Amino acid sequence: MTACRLSRGGRIDRNKRLRFQFDGRPYEGFGGDTLASALIANGVHLVARSFKYHRPRGIVAAGADEPNALVTVVRDRARCTPNLLATQVELHDGLVAESQNRWPSLALDLSAVNGFVAPLIPAGFYYKTFMWPRAAWSRLYEPRIRAMAGLGRAPTLPDPDRYTRRYAHCDVLIVGGGPAGLAAALAAAEGGAQVLLCDEQAELGGTLLAAGDATIDGKAAQSWLSETVAALSRRDNVTLLPRTTAFGYFPHNMLALAERVTGHLADPAPNLPRERLWQVRAKEVVIAAGAIERPLTFPGNDRPGIMLADAARIYAARYAARPGSRAVVVTVHDGAYRAALELAACGVEIAAVADAREHPDGPLQAAALAAGLPIRTATTVTGTRGRQRVSAVELSQLTSGQSGGGSETVACDLVLMSAGMTPSVQLFSQSRGRLRWDDTLQAYVPGGSAERERSAGACRGIPGLQAALSDGYAQGEAAAAAAGCRTGAVRAFAVSAIEPAPGGMSGAAAVGRRARQPAFVDFQNDVTARDLALAVREGFRSVEHVKRYTTTGMATDQGKTSNMNALGVLSQVTGASIPEIGLTTSRNPYTPVTFGTLAGLARRDLFDPVRCTPMHGWAEEQGAVFEDAGSWKRAHYFPRTGEAMHDAVKRECEAVRRSVGLFDASTLGKIEVIGRGAATFLDRIYVNSFSGLAPGRLRYGVMLRESGFVMDDGVVARLGADRFHVTTTTGGVSRVLHMMEDYLQTEWPDLEVWLTSTTEQWAVIAVQGLNARKVIEPLVSGIDLSPAAMPHMSVREGRICGVPTRLFRVSFTGELGYEINVPADYGRAVWEAVYAAGSASGIVPYGTEAMHVLRAEKGYIIVGQDTDGTATPDDVGLGWTIGKTKTDFIGRRSLALPAMTAPSRKQLVGLLTVNSDIVLEEGAQLVADPRQPVPMSSVGHVTSSYWSPALQRSIALGMVKAGRRRVGETLHVPMPNKTIAVNVVPSQLYDPAGVRLNG
Amino acid sequence: MLLIRCPFCGERSEIEFRHAGEAHIPRPLAPASLSDAEWADYLYNRTNPKGLHIERWRHVHGCGRFFNAVRDTISDFFVMTYKLDDQRPDLARLASGQRR
Repeated sequence: MTACRLSRGGRIDRNKRLRFQFDGRPYEGFGGDTLASALIANGVHLVARSFKYHRPRGIVAAGADEPNALVTVVRDRARCTPNLLATQVELHDGLVAESQNRWPSLALDLSAVNGFVAPLIPAGFYYKTFMWPRAAWSRLYEPRIRAMAGLGRAPTLPDPDRYTRRYAHCDVLIVGGGPAGLAAALAAAEGGAQVLLCDEQAELGGTLLAAGDATIDGKAAQSWLSETVAALSRRDNVTLLPRTTAFGYFPHNMLALAERVTGHLADPAPNLPRERLWQVRAKEVVIAAGAIERPLTFPGNDRPGIMLADAARIYAARYAARPGSRAVVVTVHDGAYRAALELAACGVEIAAVADAREHPDGPLQAAALAAGLPIRTATTVTGTRGRQRVSAVELSQLTSGQSGGGSETVACDLVLMSAGMTPSVQLFSQSRGRLRWDDTLQAYVPGGSAERERSAGACRGIPGLQAALSDGYAQGEAAAAAAGCRTGAVRAFAVSAIEPAPGGMSGAAAVGRRARQPAFVDFQNDVTARDLALAVREGFRSVEHVKRYTTTGMATDQGKTSNMNALGVLSQVTGASIPEIGLTTSRNPYTPVTFGTLAGLARRDLFDPVRCTPMHGWAEEQGAVFEDAGSWKRAHYFPRTGEAMHDAVKRECEAVRRSVGLFDASTLGKIEVIGRGAATFLDRIYVNSFSGLAPGRLRYGVMLRESGFVMDDGVVARLGADRFHVTTTTGGVSRVLHMMEDYLQTEWPDLEVWLTSTTEQWAVIAVQGLNARKVIEPLVSGIDLSPAAMPHMSVREGRICGVPTRLFRVSFTGELGYEINVPADYGRAVWEAVYAAGSASGIVPYGTEAMHVLRAEKGYIIVGQDTDGTATPDDVGLGWTIGKTKTDFIGRRSLALPAMTAPSRKQLVGLLTVNSDIVLEEGAQLVADPRQPVPMSSVGHVTSSYWSPALQRSIALGMVKAGRRRVGETLHVPMPNKTIAVNVVPSQLYDPAGVRLNG
Repeated sequence: MLLIRCPFCGERSEIEFRHAGEAHIPRPLAPASLSDAEWADYLYNRTNPKGLHIERWRHVHGCGRFFNAVRDTISDFFVMTYKLDDQRPDLARLASGQRR
């Protein structure tokens, strides 16, 4: 039996002894313990050092509101989870936990020197002090501060565990499995609703798990609880999710839940995920999140052994862990009396009950008096003593609201504090519901829903077990009815329990001027009442600014215990009421969620979808280097042994210019446009005319946005009167199809046209070069490839290697060329056949880099590289594509706007460096006069730049103001260390007459 | 995540849809006859209201159809969705219905 374990009671399993370690020391606990309850049962209260001052800290709360007891749980080097709340870590055999933010040890933390200089580290200290010299911030101050003020450390190895996600729909989602949530589930389930109930704890029940002597319908509360949970789990229409935290409330009743599946197990089954993310779309939501107790803000309120009164009660009642032997109670709320009574019954000596109120009055006070507890009214705490645990408190009599009367030191090892209950409105607030200030409760409560949601029980400020049950039942019934289920379920609950009346305070306890010790508002971020007052004195008024300046409410607990007291202090300092102070915004997550849960299966290969062409495997086998083009993997170049990229690209380019090359163009976007209106439709979409294009012919098409700017380009094949095979850029196809669908559906629904994406259906093999015809001719059947029968820019249907093909004669290199379209499944086989057939001609596979060089030598643009969304067809030398007789097409009217024809517009030109060895940087700016002062005025920029093997020099394309008129001029590229002179030339640099297209 | 009722497929999550700007702005039948100012107005000027707004959505990862939706830009809730050839709803009446 451990030192502070009560001999009976509690929900722990005394037959299940669990060994665990905390900071290397072995301890024992029981099944049903949390790490926090097991530590308390072992008499351990010092569990952490504070964030900024490294002050010794103990366990304050019993649940998600715990501000201090952050620990790292270590399974192995890859599985160590920092910043877990000891109050939420379920004990299992062999659990290893470590405290954080201390060196060398928890008991002797050398950084605690910060505590001695605490008066010198006020709010905004870092902002004020470490401002100069600037370079020292990143090299000196920040690393030191980060080392000093730390939370846990992340594991250094990749997470080996699996995380999954599930989507769910339900009629009624209930958040919280306490009395209100369970009653809501009963009502909604009886109405036939599909119910999902989640609760962050290991066991459903909430406050019922420590309900003392309360009875429901004549049964002990815990019996009622187990019967109710059993009844609910028997129902087909109810799903119960313990260990599942609803952490985010997103629009239209989409809630995110994090389920801890195996973290609590000593030996998890390998097939189970560690955690599971639920994304639930609920018709109706019932929030039954309960309430948490507010700490009292008094001097020295942060020593280990000073706890929330109800938390201390819960440790005794639920875990049979005695949190101390001699307790002083300090309170402004009835709840602490209940704790005092129950702890006294467990053998804890109550040294004093100090109630700041002058005339506390209620059934709990009466019971306390009857039990002989030493109650002192109008009494407050002005200080505490004790190093690693509280050893005494200084009590002081209040006269007219200020301490001034005699003070007395009372020895104790436990202090129970209570300033009242704060409804948990975080989720409600995330749903964008409107909060209302309740003066009696001294708390914000839900004031108006934004979503199809209702709060029930303590989280909407209705205290007490009876009220929680009946309100929960009523809200559950209403939610089921609103979700369209059967209505009218009625049930009354007969409850006997002595319960605290609402009340309490927010802010700092009145202590007068004598108090010297800091009164902490935010334990986790080490923010004191004095810090908040200082922020106000320094001129911060908005609560959002005070929050960021002092960091109150900003830690991993998001101010669960501190926000209301911070508002109270601000109200006390400024004299404004709390509703006038305002409220900071609640954001998800409610409690921290692991990255693993958020990432789910989207890791490594599954992180992002990858698209591969049918010839991908072949390219891999050839040792191709790939580049990403959107989600596509494209062969960038095919290095041979010992070749650098530059060598490989040069060899590939030379092969195409000399004989023949092979290129995988399968990623090109493809859209099949069919129907009687197809030609009319394309006439309206493209600047070109397609109704005049004969079947069997190709045309290079340019597409504008309605604003007149080039959006996409590609070759369009007319296969028949009512059938077109449209190609687009690799990256543009979804945009193009979207725009086509848009006009077809919304502007021209009268046109008989169907659009089908066929990008993935066709593999495209480009064969380019002088010997292209010679290579493919033996493989092709049913098509006459002779220049007369199949001229440049034509399309024929036939077979290649026995496979149906749409054969394009087209060139993006300036050489004689074909693009072989075959069904994707045959892509690799045909590719390999062409490659084999070309071996006699020295065929070479080339990648996207060589493709870029070859097209740039010809001045062919790449939309998105040479255009930037502000280029007209004329700007990039494509004015000739515009159908001259057309009266309308998308973008035509815009081309007539004055700005679109201004002579100063940037135009596409070629740029040749005077020193032919220098390859310009893409994106570099061009100036006319390099001697002008900085900032210089730019006359253009470089859009494409390469080494050209064919021209044996560097080449570039650029957009230059009035560029075509500048041909022959010299411009300059100012770079950081030099200025490069370039001559402006026409954009077609290689074979400007285009004779090589004929082979 | 928004829940959007496609008039053809029913309620689906926002990720299946693509927003497509303000609705009921037909492309002029004869753009060439418009003044530069009128054309610029068609191209660029939108109402951007605070409150009920009629906008186009496309169920791009579903049926692929465009449709119109009335959304409250303050609350982000949809009042209704309808097919392109349905009649434009009376926003004033919808707004007063919302207030009730």
